[in-house]
Amino acid sequence: MPSSYAPLAATGTFALIAWVIAIPLAGAAILLLGGRRTNRFGHLLGCAASVGSFVLGAVLFFALLGKPGDQRSYDQHVYTWVPVPGFSADAGFHLDQLSIIFVLLITGVGSLIHIYSVGYMAHDEQRRKFFAYLNLFLAAMLVLVLADNYLLLYAGWEGVGLASYLLIGFWQHKPSAAVAAKKAFIVNRVGDVGLSLAVMLMYTTFGSFAFGPVFNGVSGAKTGTLTAIGLLLLLGACGKSAQFPLQSWLGDAMEGPTPVSALIHAATMVTAGVYLIVRSNAIFDAAPNARLVVTIVGAVTLMLGAIIGCAKDDIKKALAGSTMSQIGYMVLAAGLGPIGYVFAIMHLVTHGFFKAGLFLGAGSVMHGMNDDVNMRHYGALRKFMPWTYVTFGLGYLAIIGCPPFSGYWSKDKIIEAAFSQGGTSGWILGCTTLLGALITAFYMTRVMLMTFFGQKRWVADEQGHEPHPHESPWVMVVPMAVLAVGSVAAGALFSYHSAFVNWLEPVTGHSDGRLPFSDALLQVITLAVVALGVAYAWSLYGRQEVPAQAPAGAFATRAARRDLYGDAFNELVFMRTGQYLTRVLVYFDLKGVDGAVNGIAAGLGGSSGRLRRLQTGFVRSYALSMFGGATLLIAALLLVRG
Amino acid sequence: MSALAATTFTVPPVEFGKLSPMLIAFGAATLGILVEALAPRAHRYRIQVGLALVGIAAAFGAVLALAKTGVEVVAQGSVAIDGTTLFLQGTILVIAFVGFLVIAERKTDQNQDAFAAQGASVPGSQAERDTTRKGWQTTEIYPLLMFSVGGMLLFPAANDLLTMFVALEVLSLPLYLVCGLARHRRLLSQEAALKYFLLGAFSSAFFLYGAAMLYGYAGSVNLAVIAQHVAHPDAGSTLLYAGLAMLGVGLLFKVGAAPFHMWTPDVYQGAPTPVTGFMAAATKIAAFGALVRVLDVGLGGSSAVAVWRPVLQAVAVITMLVGGILALTQRDIKRMLAYSAILNAGYLLIGVTSTTAQARAAVLFYLPVYGVAIIGAFAVVTLVRDAGGEATDLSRWAGLGKRAPIPAALLAVFLLAFAGIPFTSIFIGKFAIFQAALNAGAPALVIVAVLASALAAFFYLRVVVVMFFSDPLPDGPTIAHPSIAVKTALAVAAFATVALGIAPSLLLHLANNSAGILAK
Repeated sequence: MPSSYAPLAATGTFALIAWVIAIPLAGAAILLLGGRRTNRFGHLLGCAASVGSFVLGAVLFFALLGKPGDQRSYDQHVYTWVPVPGFSADAGFHLDQLSIIFVLLITGVGSLIHIYSVGYMAHDEQRRKFFAYLNLFLAAMLVLVLADNYLLLYAGWEGVGLASYLLIGFWQHKPSAAVAAKKAFIVNRVGDVGLSLAVMLMYTTFGSFAFGPVFNGVSGAKTGTLTAIGLLLLLGACGKSAQFPLQSWLGDAMEGPTPVSALIHAATMVTAGVYLIVRSNAIFDAAPNARLVVTIVGAVTLMLGAIIGCAKDDIKKALAGSTMSQIGYMVLAAGLGPIGYVFAIMHLVTHGFFKAGLFLGAGSVMHGMNDDVNMRHYGALRKFMPWTYVTFGLGYLAIIGCPPFSGYWSKDKIIEAAFSQGGTSGWILGCTTLLGALITAFYMTRVMLMTFFGQKRWVADEQGHEPHPHESPWVMVVPMAVLAVGSVAAGALFSYHSAFVNWLEPVTGHSDGRLPFSDALLQVITLAVVALGVAYAWSLYGRQEVPAQAPAGAFATRAARRDLYGDAFNELVFMRTGQYLTRVLVYFDLKGVDGAVNGIAAGLGGSSGRLRRLQTGFVRSYALSMFGGATLLIAALLLVRG
Repeated sequence: MSALAATTFTVPPVEFGKLSPMLIAFGAATLGILVEALAPRAHRYRIQVGLALVGIAAAFGAVLALAKTGVEVVAQGSVAIDGTTLFLQGTILVIAFVGFLVIAERKTDQNQDAFAAQGASVPGSQAERDTTRKGWQTTEIYPLLMFSVGGMLLFPAANDLLTMFVALEVLSLPLYLVCGLARHRRLLSQEAALKYFLLGAFSSAFFLYGAAMLYGYAGSVNLAVIAQHVAHPDAGSTLLYAGLAMLGVGLLFKVGAAPFHMWTPDVYQGAPTPVTGFMAAATKIAAFGALVRVLDVGLGGSSAVAVWRPVLQAVAVITMLVGGILALTQRDIKRMLAYSAILNAGYLLIGVTSTTAQARAAVLFYLPVYGVAIIGAFAVVTLVRDAGGEATDLSRWAGLGKRAPIPAALLAVFLLAFAGIPFTSIFIGKFAIFQAALNAGAPALVIVAVLASALAAFFYLRVVVVMFFSDPLPDGPTIAHPSIAVKTALAVAAFATVALGIAPSLLLHLANNSAGILAK
């Protein structure tokens, strides 16, 4: 069990918490309000704000590190938003072992991606606005993870949604980008409604939005209520983290500029759902049924994403499928409870490194290939882009779980935790995670081989420009290299003497599960499964030449190419029935509701018109009505006196 | 000798220090009259504006200096200087400062201000044309309005009914006059002024008659003495409640509550727009201050509250319904804002009838935030101009968002605030009032108020829709470029409206502390 929630007051160094958010917020404000005047230095200011925030985050981290384990939780009260008796909503921040991890991940990876974007967006006229939105995203995301109550968390949640919308649709002149932004927004609304209902339900149950009263009040609440809150939180998490059944927007979100895909739709924002679940561990611990649903959602998405990732020829969409699948791992782990919380977060961090690195690598490849995203038009790029190849390759080794790279440590622990669950569900979840590892190895090897190996399959773009692949400028290479270092070393570092587990345990609690068989056996099986996936992919894409035109493919491939009919399903089930329902509703609306509404409106309008006639403009009639009013007033007071 | 000694007149002590905000305002006004008489015409405008602004700032300084005062009743029991008074005086002075910045504007209309060149000239006459051509200006409005400001400062502080009556007249008379001095559409303006004057005089008569009845009841016009008699009645209460009702007519007329509201749209429409904004904000603050004092101090005893509370609640409901429903069909933006002012008076009455300190604090918070927003809204109206003055018909505002994004966006901020959208100051104000009313056990009132707000959202948002989602008219109105003063006023108003929605606690705390300090 985690120790009870009793943060200390944030003084001294910890008074800096608010500044971590204020800096990128100020950056966004200056760049948005300053307009064209800031064009010249906008990108530099954006980077500076992000790096500054990271430096503050690092200072806070070391300050926390210097404290004993039970003194690493701080609350900073900023102000009381609505201080009326009977209702209070505060704005305040909470820093502890969990939130600092997110602060470092968001600002650290965020800074690297800011720097990368200086090169990537160099020729874009709207570069300043891009950096403004990125800073806005950072600020909102930091509010989300630093909030000390669910209301403020919700504000940050909506803020990242807005930033995501703006950035997916950044190239809004492309209809596909505009549509994708709208789709992401609408699908996210479904999740947001879930979260907002959860927050309201919390308020009526615990009488507060703040973490303290909520977490400490769990023991006094009914299990049914807690399950409802848990499921609503899960709905929110599904929207933001692209989990089944709200996963459909993530693939389309790749229409945004690649740095956005790396930062928001791989490393940080999409993991907000995992944060939400782990942060609310007190609620989920007391609601086992909700947790079961969480694991199911995680397992389904983990398979769904992996299968979609196998069939995509668009490099970014393949990686998006992979993101979905990896977050499925995290959600599954979070659903396992105290056995899994820590590993969900650990995988989240290592995934943040290698997936951001993979996306930046993909961006670098696109940069060299006339922004073509089709992997069937790549091939043999390792000779032309050595740095991209090496950094992408290290990320690849990390994600498939090859020891001793990062992903090996974190994913292996999740597989272990799943089996440790025990019983039938433990076997089912465990086998799912193993199967996921197999498919991950397959589709990532496929991406690697199609992009960097084999023969050139390059084609000219629509204007007839032949691609001339070249290594990207150093502003893009350096961030990729730094992320590659993270992909290599983070996992081992975190696992050294269980450093990560010990760090997070006071917040999330931790218990070691018991494996139904030996640890070594599981390791061997896992590695064998991964090797199998790699080998199968090599037999298909390495040994024989990849056709430049996609073959028709079997039924399964066709299905995966179409996101396992996720959109078709949505269209059929939600859109068609929605349309049908709308038609029925419109019918009733016209006949019934409109009748009533129009009746009321007409009534009001009519009474407005009639009342207006009293406003004759004649002073004598005004005086008469005043006289009448005075008479009534006297009569009323004397009557009430009785 | 002994007879003489008995009639020796002792000078009553007057605490000039405590009265200094009002004295400074009246002093600035008197100086302004001297300036009018002595200074050459060419310099008057500059001197008068400077004098008025300095006077307001000095009076505000005096209020700040008095801020630590507890409860003190001065000038022989006729003026109460307490937290509530000082909060309201400070608010009135801030509003007056912002309002004067807009009133003094000369850049929006070909280097002329919003007032007739010479008030005495007949509209359309040769004299009017001559004085206009010579560039004369009615700079008398500045001392007049300063007198009005002085009256407003005294009105919520008055602790006896005669002082209150004097304050009422001092604040009203200059306003009657200034309302009739619009440069454009002068006949409409003069008609408005005459109506305002006639009805104002009518309501003042009610007020005076009510004061006389209360004197008959308690043997004194002092609110504290009346309160004692209410607590320990030694006579029938007919005089008390008849007197209260008539007093109420006078006060409800000033706040614009139904059915004493009918002057509001005509006067708001006819008066020069900067004056309308000033009046809508400052008069309302002063009048609600006086109403709170009469009801909470003079008739705050539980037996009296039980009588007037339901009646005033009924007035609140009627006011909200009349304001909300009539605003629906208005096509003129100034009239629409007038009905919105009536609606807001209804919300404020809910706060007044709740009688708790919490409700009083909510009213104190609501008054300044509503005040700056309404001044800002009317200031935007002064910028949208046709050949014959301001283009106030809503249809002329089509597509304004495309042609003049900044003024349109500012107005949108104010309108969204009136509509009670979260993260605006008025949302917090409404929330505070409704919460106080719920705690005071008046859920029905809150339900009506929320329904009225929903109704109101329609006509506020309609303006936003017209501005941003219609195509601009080919011969649409021109957008004046205001001076830095008006820009400042608008910026302050918009900033306050948003900032106090995001961080209202600063002002809410002040209102809470001030509302607790009331001279009973």
